[in-house]
Amino acid sequence: MALEATYVYLDDRDLVDVSHRTLLYLEAVTVSFDGFKALNDLSLYVDDGSLHCIIGPNGAGKTTMLDIITGKTRPDSGTVHFGQQLSLVGRNEAEIAALGIGRKFQRPTVFESHTPFENLELAMNSDKRVWPSLFYRLGGEERDRIDEVLALIGLADQRHLLAGTLSHGQKQWLEIGMLLMQRPRLLLVDEPVAGMTPREVERSAELLRSLAGEHTVVVVEHDMAFVRSIAQRVTVLHEGRVLAEGSMDKVQNDPRVVEVYLGE
Amino acid sequence: MFTQLRDIQSNRAWAATLAAGLVILVGVPLLNQVVPAGSFLHLPDYLVILLGKFFCYAMVALAMDLIWGYTGILSLGHGVFFALGGYAMGMHLMRAMAGQGVYKSNLPDFMVFLDWKELPWYWLGFDHFWFALLMVVLVPALLALLIGFFSFRSRITGVYFSILTQAMTYAMMLLFFRNETGFGGNNGLTDFKHLLGFSLQEPTVKLGLCVVSGAALIGCFLLCRFITGSLLGRVLTAIRDAEGRVLFCGYRSIHYKLFVWVLSAVICAVAGALYVTQVGIINPSEMQPANSIEMAIWVAVGGRGTLVGALLGALVINGAKSWFTVSYPDLWLYFLGALFIATTLFLPQGIVGLGGVFKKWTTKTKESEDGTRSYVRLP
Repeated sequence: MALEATYVYLDDRDLVDVSHRTLLYLEAVTVSFDGFKALNDLSLYVDDGSLHCIIGPNGAGKTTMLDIITGKTRPDSGTVHFGQQLSLVGRNEAEIAALGIGRKFQRPTVFESHTPFENLELAMNSDKRVWPSLFYRLGGEERDRIDEVLALIGLADQRHLLAGTLSHGQKQWLEIGMLLMQRPRLLLVDEPVAGMTPREVERSAELLRSLAGEHTVVVVEHDMAFVRSIAQRVTVLHEGRVLAEGSMDKVQNDPRVVEVYLGE
Repeated sequence: MFTQLRDIQSNRAWAATLAAGLVILVGVPLLNQVVPAGSFLHLPDYLVILLGKFFCYAMVALAMDLIWGYTGILSLGHGVFFALGGYAMGMHLMRAMAGQGVYKSNLPDFMVFLDWKELPWYWLGFDHFWFALLMVVLVPALLALLIGFFSFRSRITGVYFSILTQAMTYAMMLLFFRNETGFGGNNGLTDFKHLLGFSLQEPTVKLGLCVVSGAALIGCFLLCRFITGSLLGRVLTAIRDAEGRVLFCGYRSIHYKLFVWVLSAVICAVAGALYVTQVGIINPSEMQPANSIEMAIWVAVGGRGTLVGALLGALVINGAKSWFTVSYPDLWLYFLGALFIATTLFLPQGIVGLGGVFKKWTTKTKESEDGTRSYVRLP
């Protein structure tokens, strides 16, 4: 198991206390929009270094849950903790991103008139002020880091093509790569394989599997075959709460899950 | 869409810049002064003046390209910055000829005409050349900072920003048209005699000003190239393509936009100041909305986001304008309109996208030493 993952990253992210091996705690979270309860007393725990899939029918609250974690939406009640100590409720999106939570949106947005190499360079943790960026020189260490990520996302050969010419799948990987440049502890990935060819789906599965361990990855996905191919742990959401949780085999055979979701 | 003349950083481009520099700084004076007047190689004085003007226009085009081509912010008010730079220089030239006007007064002629008794406070200091130079830079920079800060903070983008800047130039024009504003109203500032003791009527002084403008243009080009080749330049282009993503990556995009917007205004103003010394007049018509639009057309026709395209566009269109307005003055605006439409429809990359001559420049695939600056041409 990848639970023994160790971290070498420094700075205040070290405040994230995972001594109980759980990275993310959502407890009794409720959110309602105009009376509709998008999340209803939801409790969910994500293990450090795991690859955790969230599935569920439309309207189950999957995207709302990601919005809560990243600070886009505030819960009406309940708590969200990153590690044992850090509360995420009340922090804005930028702060939460800086703590090491990266979110990959459904539709890929990359800088199309830049190459993958430059995309990663732009996404890298560096001095983001105007003046330093004018005189910025890429160091050997940074270059190695970019090369490493390029290899990881399978775009080493396309490094000097313009990103606008990449295929849909390649853009998705590039965007994941851009998140990786910020060395996130937790990666939230929203429907990564929508619109991909079968081969691209296969490659995405490999990529996400390889990220788990060093990173904690939460994947929200519809594609059951894909989930089966990657998930260590699956949570099924239904009407804003957890319906079932466990290994893929376990949830697949759960009669309630079959009823609301798999049986469709 | 993505094809760009991206290797302005290459050795070939360095060589071209050096060659252009030699032509401007050495070739022009030689052809004008040393080659005898009868020879077909001789550069007549009127062409020297024309070239000097073109160099100023080309600087404006570079400024436009920086803000529009690279950062995706279309300003239709750059005429204001050009004119403000021009006015600041014009005010110094007026003060430099105090006592030598028609009325032999210490005040500029138009003030005597308006029966003003003393110099308004905002004319103080313009007796000094260094002060005028400072104002050439500071006044447009402050105006740009103000407009930019409030627009970018309110996330005014795209066509709304273009309309805003267009309104700004129109309002400023109306303001400067008024005699009470104190800048010579309708007629503006003119009849300049000398600059730093040199008579502005002397052909050699005009040649000198042309060469100075050329040097300023090369300086601007190198500066723009340095900026667009830096990480900052890549952030600017990233803002153009996906500003939300840029924010997400941790950049405060408003700072970047303000930086390039103010810089662009300053380049424009410097061009305006050099322009006024050569044409000998500055009046509010420089702030006509149409002038600012024409500046955008130079860049669009030349090719956005390439710097070289902006230079070419400014030179080609103004060259055509000089010829047309002499030979077929009535047809010029039709031609300009047709050219703009044709460019938009058939040449979204502008002149530099024509391929052919420039194909070699755009197909470079060889990896350069640092590995970051090579690109593959797209279909």
